Amino acid sequence: MIKKVVVLLSIIGLIAIFMPMITQFQERENLNELATDYVNGSIHELGTPNVVTSVIVTYRGLDTLGEVTVLFLATVGVGFLLKGKSEDKIEISASELLETTSSVLVAMIMVLGIYIFTHGHLTPGGGFQGGVVIASGFLLMLLSNVNAKMNHSIMHFVESLSGFAYVGIGVTGLVLTVGFLSPKILPLGNFGDLFSAGAIPVIYSLVGLKVGSELTSILVTMGGEK
Amino acid sequence: MISTLILGIALLIIGFYAMLTQKNLIKIVIGFSIADTGTHIIIVSLGYLRGKTAPIIDNAVNAVNAVQEVVDPIPSALVLTAIVIGLAVTAVMLSFIVEMYKKNKSLSIDDYQELKW
Repeated sequence: MIKKVVVLLSIIGLIAIFMPMITQFQERENLNELATDYVNGSIHELGTPNVVTSVIVTYRGLDTLGEVTVLFLATVGVGFLLKGKSEDKIEISASELLETTSSVLVAMIMVLGIYIFTHGHLTPGGGFQGGVVIASGFLLMLLSNVNAKMNHSIMHFVESLSGFAYVGIGVTGLVLTVGFLSPKILPLGNFGDLFSAGAIPVIYSLVGLKVGSELTSILVTMGGEK
Repeated sequence: MISTLILGIALLIIGFYAMLTQKNLIKIVIGFSIADTGTHIIIVSLGYLRGKTAPIIDNAVNAVNAVQEVVDPIPSALVLTAIVIGLAVTAVMLSFIVEMYKKNKSLSIDDYQELKW
């Protein structure tokens, strides 16, 4: 009884906290100063059509590095908690439908993922989205072939190499140009080309590889394989 | 946009209610996920500007007066970060649950009294 009252009170408290947000909501008409700076800077200084990408990779690049670190820690945590073979692994082979579909689709999903993270500075998408798409391709592979063996050393190699190269590009920017993770270490190129916007596509591709390999190793560990 | 703001707050409160009332550990994680999604919707709806489009310069958005034509890019970038962190935290929580289930063979939170006060 007392528990129900406490739950009810905390829900009412939450509603009371958020009520002013709804009642005093005013629709904004224009971008604020910071956002205006980011939009102009993204177009004129960095040559990146996708403003969200330039905010993530350059203006808030340190945040993204921290985020990739959190993702790495989560991978390590999952691997630590679920290590060892699970004793009661169920051995059911996948249906023929799933096997046939996955043999056709896995390659296409991987190509789509690579397309998404290499075009992160031009179109909606980027490293995180592309990495998740690649991991979903691996998930389909794991579902269709229960006994699939993943080569862990290649996965760890890709993951560590891309993380190392990400930090390396950041330090190069610190030495050669204005600051850590500055994309101007490479020429900016023509606005809207695939090879443009300095180091932004390189950094985002590395993030994509890292996220893809990390999520894949989370999936493999959760699938119960050692 | 006020309607998406209300939707986000409703999802947040539903998520918190689920976390407070459910006994099943998996359902608590589901409640966390719902609250997480609600937060994302709130942040994105605060950055929305009526009648404007995504902050990507192409044929639809002129590069010269892009500032007048796009929504706020910062909330979108923050939400992108938050989604990935939410995914990672959910994965860690679920593996904790797997480990707890292996030890005590129970998914009910009433069987875990160690941290109760």
